Amino acid sequence: MSYEGLAAETVAFRGHNGDQGEAYYAQPTRAGKFPGVVVIHHLPGWDEWITEVVRKFAHHGYAAISPHLYFRDGPGSPDDVGARVRAAGGVPDEQVVGDAKGATAFLRAQANSNGKVGAIGFCSGGRHAYLAACRLPEIDAVVDCWGGNVIVDDQALLNAKRPVAPIDLTDQLRVPLLGLFGNDDENPNADQVNRTEAVLKRLGKNYEFHRYDKAGHAFFNTARAAYRPEQAADGWSKVFAFYRKHLAA
Amino acid sequence: MCSYIVEKAQVSGSAKGPSGWMRIDTANVYFDHPYHAPLDHALAIDFVCAADGARERVAVELSAASARELVAKIMVALAIGENAHAKPAA
Repeated sequence: MSYEGLAAETVAFRGHNGDQGEAYYAQPTRAGKFPGVVVIHHLPGWDEWITEVVRKFAHHGYAAISPHLYFRDGPGSPDDVGARVRAAGGVPDEQVVGDAKGATAFLRAQANSNGKVGAIGFCSGGRHAYLAACRLPEIDAVVDCWGGNVIVDDQALLNAKRPVAPIDLTDQLRVPLLGLFGNDDENPNADQVNRTEAVLKRLGKNYEFHRYDKAGHAFFNTARAAYRPEQAADGWSKVFAFYRKHLAA
Repeated sequence: MCSYIVEKAQVSGSAKGPSGWMRIDTANVYFDHPYHAPLDHALAIDFVCAADGARERVAVELSAASARELVAKIMVALAIGENAHAKPAA
């Protein structure tokens, strides 16, 4: 056997309102048609780990792109820009959905696209992925990795930037959803995951949820003490099985 | 959890950032996922000058225990220092 060759680089893409921003993009180098995946980073920002995730998808035969959701708040290093965005209360949901839409367009415009595009997000990015899949017909399958505040129990958390709880858009979800969660997580906690599943079930949505014991938030993240190798390995296998099923041309 | 909860302390002083010393007026303080420290959660402090647009920062990401240790030592240093400086010169 041989491992998949890949090429990775920072590219320009058009996001919300046609704004031009930067994104990290990786693709297999062999000839062929490949599904695409939009990778949505967590709240602290566009970090090294998210570039590893993008390359992992390319390694497994996907063209993947991670838009820098905070590019408008530059210039500066991604960590400084992330801190600036946090201090300003985050980015508007509408803008993130627009950036995700732009990233799907970037992937479909590539000559080696098979026409299918999935989305995956981690932490706040999991929430963004859920939201984007409810709002965008351009997304064919979505993976929510421990997205917090999909269910919003404290209405004070809703504001001009985040006006709607994603759970309230679930009736608009038209594509398969895979959810991965750690049972020790605090946000979303086990009760919130159960209530999210109850809404999906009641509305007859195509979903599968997997819950992991002895895992909390961000258990895929090899840069954190939260990393759980066994649970992460199983979770990644679920992700790739899900995309093989739903993103084939 | 990923939260947007940031405590803003009004401070007065200077910090040495990427371009050298700068005036600071704000410390953004939060306990959440760090960017760099290999911790699940960190107490982060970003010292910035909001009046100048907060384009640069001096940042730290600390474990919860070490953040409490820092708070305690700041209070001790202030108490000792203010006491010492309050004494009349010999």
